[in-house]
Amino acid sequence: MADVIKHATRDGYGEALLELGAKMDNLIVMDADLAAATKTGVFKAKFPEKFYNAGIAEANLMGVAGGLAATGHVVFASSFAMFAAGRAFEQVRNTIGYPHLNVKIGATHAGISVGEDGASHQCCEDIALMRTIPGMVIINPADDIEAKKAVLAAAATEGPMYLRFGRLAVPRIFDDNYSFEIGKANKLVEGNDVTIIATGLMVNEALMAAEQLKNEGISAAVINMATIKPIDEEAIIEAAKKTGVIVTAEEHNIIGGLGSAVAEVVCQTVPVPVLRVGVEDTFGRSGPAVELLHLFGLDAKHIVETAKKAVALKK
Amino acid sequence: MDNQLKKELQINACKVRMGVIEGTFNAKSGHPGGSLSVSDIMTYLYFVEMNVDAKNPQNPDRDRFVLSKGHTAPALYGALALKGFFPFDEIKTLRKSDSMLQGHPSMKMTPGVDMSTGSLGQGISTAVGMALGAKHDKKDFRVYTVLGDGEIGEGQVWEAAMFASAKKLDNLVAVVDNNNLQIDGTLEEVNSSYPIDEKFVAFGWNVINIDGHNFDEIEAAFKKARECKGKPTAIIAKTVKGKGVSYMENVCGWHGKAPNEEEYKVAMEELNNQLKDLEA
Repeated sequence: MADVIKHATRDGYGEALLELGAKMDNLIVMDADLAAATKTGVFKAKFPEKFYNAGIAEANLMGVAGGLAATGHVVFASSFAMFAAGRAFEQVRNTIGYPHLNVKIGATHAGISVGEDGASHQCCEDIALMRTIPGMVIINPADDIEAKKAVLAAAATEGPMYLRFGRLAVPRIFDDNYSFEIGKANKLVEGNDVTIIATGLMVNEALMAAEQLKNEGISAAVINMATIKPIDEEAIIEAAKKTGVIVTAEEHNIIGGLGSAVAEVVCQTVPVPVLRVGVEDTFGRSGPAVELLHLFGLDAKHIVETAKKAVALKK
Repeated sequence: MDNQLKKELQINACKVRMGVIEGTFNAKSGHPGGSLSVSDIMTYLYFVEMNVDAKNPQNPDRDRFVLSKGHTAPALYGALALKGFFPFDEIKTLRKSDSMLQGHPSMKMTPGVDMSTGSLGQGISTAVGMALGAKHDKKDFRVYTVLGDGEIGEGQVWEAAMFASAKKLDNLVAVVDNNNLQIDGTLEEVNSSYPIDEKFVAFGWNVINIDGHNFDEIEAAFKKARECKGKPTAIIAKTVKGKGVSYMENVCGWHGKAPNEEEYKVAMEELNNQLKDLEA
């Protein structure tokens, strides 16, 4: 495994901002005293005149971003997921979502993989919160390449968006030829017995799970669902029809996230079992990120077990 | 202030107040008290201070207004209607399900509204963002916001205040409508925000105390704000909640209650008499 390239999705965010800084006149990037961690710091270093720090004041950060957007700017507003989606939820809802302003929320350090900082910083509720805001687009990229392309696509698309990035370096899945489209799922592995629909760092775990399942004679398809809203209903319906059971995998509470979104589509179209792998309605804790992911069942092993249960339901 | 201008402003402010009563009466809900306290300031902003044009409401170089105390939308709608953004009669549709006039301002639905507000404490941040946007683009437009004196209990107001002075946004004016009454009682009874002026001074603002119903003082304050460089300006306007309608003045209960038919008639008669006196 020594040759596996690992990068955090937040690195892709920083790189994309750098690229945008060079070509967009109306771009403004904001942070709330976490620029080094969120990677907006790399943008700030190169384009200090296009960067504003709100200090430790996320509610105001979102409001100022809304005001800047209302005067014709494309604004990326960054903080940790916990504070961007959690603390500032109502500001995002009322001063970005309701007036449908062109603010892109760059939320890093999402999920359990924050690691040692523990439960207060491990946001597993953000997708659920953001999904309930009308018109909000949610993108949760699987690797740094997808993250970069998602940020570029977001900048070129009007309207409020929530971009979810991780702190932990994860294996690179895509290469530079990868073409990202907002709202489009992409099938990474074909399969007939079960479809694993994954998002974020769970996509790589899903790929490993599919390999293991193959060795055990189970043919598992893997779909990368980077855009959680608007969700690619067509891809879900096709998967439900083809494999008859679905397993979802996300680094988020199983309530309100990808699993819920997929189940909502399935139960109204092609009702088949949907089994959810995710954080099982509990708070996180301190520890090394990779250790925690295993501890909370956010790994290939748990996906394999769940996929087997799903296949058994068909008999 | 020129006497002719003062009379015109007083007439328009009286018409704004009639709109407040007309709107809340027809809606059978809404917030007349704080709308009436802020009517003079709204009138001055739209008829003297701000560079806005009803024929070109989206002009990128226009001055911006954010009603941070969004529940007093009827006063904003009255001023916008008198300025020609929409017919004055539209106010009778306030809060109805097919109306463009929402209970709290919506920038997507109402011409002339620059920001959707209603959740207290949030409007000022968006005004700060607009003022920053002007500075960022080296544009000359100015940004105005009106806050309630109860609203400033929201912590976000002070986040915004700190940011605005740190970023030296001298193109921003925040008016605090200090009518001294919030829903549950006087400011002191609820959770005193006094001294308001000293708080804004401590946050690095240029602060001006005025009588919010005196057009000479209102004019002087906004002129001083234009002259002040390097700091945002806070105008603390002492006002009377319910101003202009005798039975509503300084009565807490008229924060969020519409007049009934009898009360409506009395209020309109009083305002009509004031208008007649002004026009005489």
